[in-house]
Amino acid sequence: MAQVTLRKIVKKYDEVLAVRGIDLDIVDKEFIVLVGPSGCGKSTTLRMIAGLEEISGGDIAIGGHVVNDVPPKDRDIAMVFQNYALYPHMNVYENMSFGLKLKKTPKDEIDRRVKQAAQILDITELLDRKPKQLSGGQRQRVAMGRAIVRDPKVFLFDEPLSNLDAKLRVQMRTEIKKVHQKVRTTTVYVTHDQIEAMTLADRVVVMNAGLIEQVGTPNDLYHSPATKFVAGFIGSPAMNFIPCQLEQAAGGLNLRLADKLSFPVPADRTARYASHVGKGNLVLGLRPEHIAETRPHTEPNQHDFDMVIDVVEPMGMETMVYFTIGAAEICGRVNPNAGAVATQSMKLRADLSNMHLIDDGTGKVL
Amino acid sequence: MADIAAPSSIAAMGDSRSSLHKLMQRKSTVAFLMALPLILLITILVAYPAGYAVYLATLNKGMTRFVGFGNFEFLFGRDTFWLVVYQSCLFAITAVIFKALIGFVVAHFVHNIPSKGQRKWRGMLLVPWVIPPAMSTLAWLWLFDPSYSAINYLLQPLGIDRIPWTGEAGWARFSVILVNVWIGSPFFMIMYLAALKSVPEQLYEAAAIDGATWWQRIWYVTLPMMRNIIAITALFSLIVTFANFDIVRVLTAGGPLNSTHIFGTWAFRVGIEGGDIPLGASVSLFMVPILAVAAAFILRDITKRGSEV
Amino acid sequence: MANVAIEAAAARPAYGSMSKDRRWALRWSYFFLVLFAIFFLMPPIYMLITSLKTSQEISAAGNPWWIYNPTLANYIELLTQNHYLTFFRNSAIVSVCVVAITMLISVIAAFALARMKFWGSATLATGVFLTYLIPETLLFIPLFKMFAWVNETFDIQLMNHWWTLIILYPSLTVPFATWIMIGYFASIPKELDEAALIDGATWMQTLTKIFIPVALPGIIAATIFTFTVSWAQFLYPLAFTTSTTELVLPVGIITTLIKGDVFNWGQIMTGALLGAAPPLIIYAFLMDYYIAGLTAGATKG
Repeated sequence: MAQVTLRKIVKKYDEVLAVRGIDLDIVDKEFIVLVGPSGCGKSTTLRMIAGLEEISGGDIAIGGHVVNDVPPKDRDIAMVFQNYALYPHMNVYENMSFGLKLKKTPKDEIDRRVKQAAQILDITELLDRKPKQLSGGQRQRVAMGRAIVRDPKVFLFDEPLSNLDAKLRVQMRTEIKKVHQKVRTTTVYVTHDQIEAMTLADRVVVMNAGLIEQVGTPNDLYHSPATKFVAGFIGSPAMNFIPCQLEQAAGGLNLRLADKLSFPVPADRTARYASHVGKGNLVLGLRPEHIAETRPHTEPNQHDFDMVIDVVEPMGMETMVYFTIGAAEICGRVNPNAGAVATQSMKLRADLSNMHLIDDGTGKVL
Repeated sequence: MADIAAPSSIAAMGDSRSSLHKLMQRKSTVAFLMALPLILLITILVAYPAGYAVYLATLNKGMTRFVGFGNFEFLFGRDTFWLVVYQSCLFAITAVIFKALIGFVVAHFVHNIPSKGQRKWRGMLLVPWVIPPAMSTLAWLWLFDPSYSAINYLLQPLGIDRIPWTGEAGWARFSVILVNVWIGSPFFMIMYLAALKSVPEQLYEAAAIDGATWWQRIWYVTLPMMRNIIAITALFSLIVTFANFDIVRVLTAGGPLNSTHIFGTWAFRVGIEGGDIPLGASVSLFMVPILAVAAAFILRDITKRGSEV
Repeated sequence: MANVAIEAAAARPAYGSMSKDRRWALRWSYFFLVLFAIFFLMPPIYMLITSLKTSQEISAAGNPWWIYNPTLANYIELLTQNHYLTFFRNSAIVSVCVVAITMLISVIAAFALARMKFWGSATLATGVFLTYLIPETLLFIPLFKMFAWVNETFDIQLMNHWWTLIILYPSLTVPFATWIMIGYFASIPKELDEAALIDGATWMQTLTKIFIPVALPGIIAATIFTFTVSWAQFLYPLAFTTSTTELVLPVGIITTLIKGDVFNWGQIMTGALLGAAPPLIIYAFLMDYYIAGLTAGATKG
């Protein structure tokens, strides 16, 4: 039973608020990822759970016990750091057993646990090496091994993959997921990489400026972002934001993006948006995959328009096209064979059934 | 279920935050205690004596009466004092300039040769810095001996006749500077060599592609990249050279006719050997302004570097 | 096509001359390095030459750079003489004690200053640095007077005892050893002590089990410097010790082997060479640590 509960957590550094009141319930065995841009307070939050930072306000409970005043070693947590923080003068075995040794765990018990963890992580043959002799990926495994041997209630990961190269990162991501499936320990994982967050998490917590923007499953966040920040942060390439106006039109609402460019709002959303007709500060959010080349067959809510393409980026399985509407730079994903050519006009198709209308004043998705 | 249990226990322990805070406070108490020996040492053996020197400088010779600036007035009226001021500045500035120059040149030569042999040369060239200065100055004293000078022996075939290395004011001044340069330039060499190695090779390649000659490469790439280390090493050296004692004391003991006395040696002569402690303290206090200026510059540089990190 | 051919033709001799340039640069480098090495090594070599000569040969008119009748007489005489052995013993005891005291104080203090942070710790770190810039030439006179005061007040005679130097030298060595160690400790990633903290290590365990082993090169460098400084210190023993039984090496050689105007150069050079030997030997074996510490700490020069 290792749920983690945060209640109104606040962190102040000399009058600067790094974390401004966070409430979060992490269920037992859950894999939670805190994600957000640098300086959003995600690492601070993790470090407060670890007990490495004093909390300025609120309460943290691990497994039902308030741990506000419990030193890190007694919180029954384990942490994996960004730079691994392996003790350079100890070999892998000593690194993994250091915590248990300080706790005066019997020698054969230590041995059993280290060997078992080494087996899970496939590092048995590295046990007598020094960290210097290991590759980045191996160090990463050892760091996880050090966490596993302690058999803690909660795993804390602080950007553990950001020091690895792109290929290894993908590999270790899968590795971490596998390990979690094996040991099923409650995990709090911090990253600035939204792809990492999406692929690993049971639930993702998007943070910004010391506050939680949204908590939800990866799919929730992707398809129904609650705020403009989440909409823009999750997904790559990022969602397009196009300033627009909502007009009353015959038989429904009309979304005006430019003088000569407007789309009808999907019928099922008319009621939801009706009160915003004529108001300023509205932004249309549309993901690049919902702007594609035109096709002969038309589904409902799909609308063709012509655009002069500025830049074409072939990616292999698809091609990115960039163009501008007003001051907004827009990205669309088209078929590689659609014949996109820079500086030439192209017929594109917007799929509004997945649109988001955002109030730019409050940042909320309507 | 468990989610509900947590908040209720939170309510029960509402005001328990103080104890982690106490822990943190205890940490700073422990830290303070760990630093206490250092603090005591600095206070008793450095800070207090430094302040005490100022007080001493305001007393009369018997240390019975407060004389204010009397000692300083007395010093200002003496030719020897102005000679010491002149020699201290000449000694420190000339020595630092030559140490910096020789250090820079030698560092370049070491940097030029294949890196396999560098360690050996570096090791050899640093020897003067490792020998206790009082010991090596003795060797120089013997090399400069008026009747048996081994250097004069070498110079004789070149038609240079018996140089009175320590016997004549001008030559004695030259000699103390020479010995100081000999001891100090290896240090510059090591610092510069480390700095040279930290200049990225690409910069030289870029400069070579831009058509820079080796001289231009030194002027536009090496020197600007090393500016910080050159400045800080020179300032350090200035402080130590200004406050030098060993070399002058052993080589000339201030002579001939006080012409090589610097603040440190003259303060020793006046204060300890002459028994006029207040006057000696006043003399040594004249080192403070230049030390303070150099220290301020070093400190500025260090805090600047600290904030960049 | 034609252009390419011309450029290629022009490039070849240019390439050739560049490697010739480099060869010449290398030759000049070696030439000057030899010159500077002669300049830098001349005094210690001359010490060695003189130490192997008889006093008759020293005062003869022959080539001073050549040994006609090598002899170990100077060494034998010096090492059987009580004075010199006393100086050597005093120097050794003082230096070893100063190293122990210095490292104990400075490693612990540097850890507190670099990692534990307390009220005023930043100011103290700056203060350590400033004291490290205050030269002993500024302090010996007030210390002289303070010792007299201690004698009057507590009836403890600090003057003219070699062990007084054990109290005094740390004021020279601790600030810079602390400064070097702060630098080394600060370069250890913060995550390392956080990992130790989570692993359940106390502050003392973090220091002894993590920081000291990891910063060992720094500790070795600081130890070497402390030893070298206390072995070479000249002003304090000159000012505070006078009896032959209380002297340390540098002062001992100068005050006892020079009798009035009579310089026994053979013995002086032998004594100086033997006096320079311990730092030189340590340096020969631990050169890399020495140089690393030198460049890391931006030591006095």
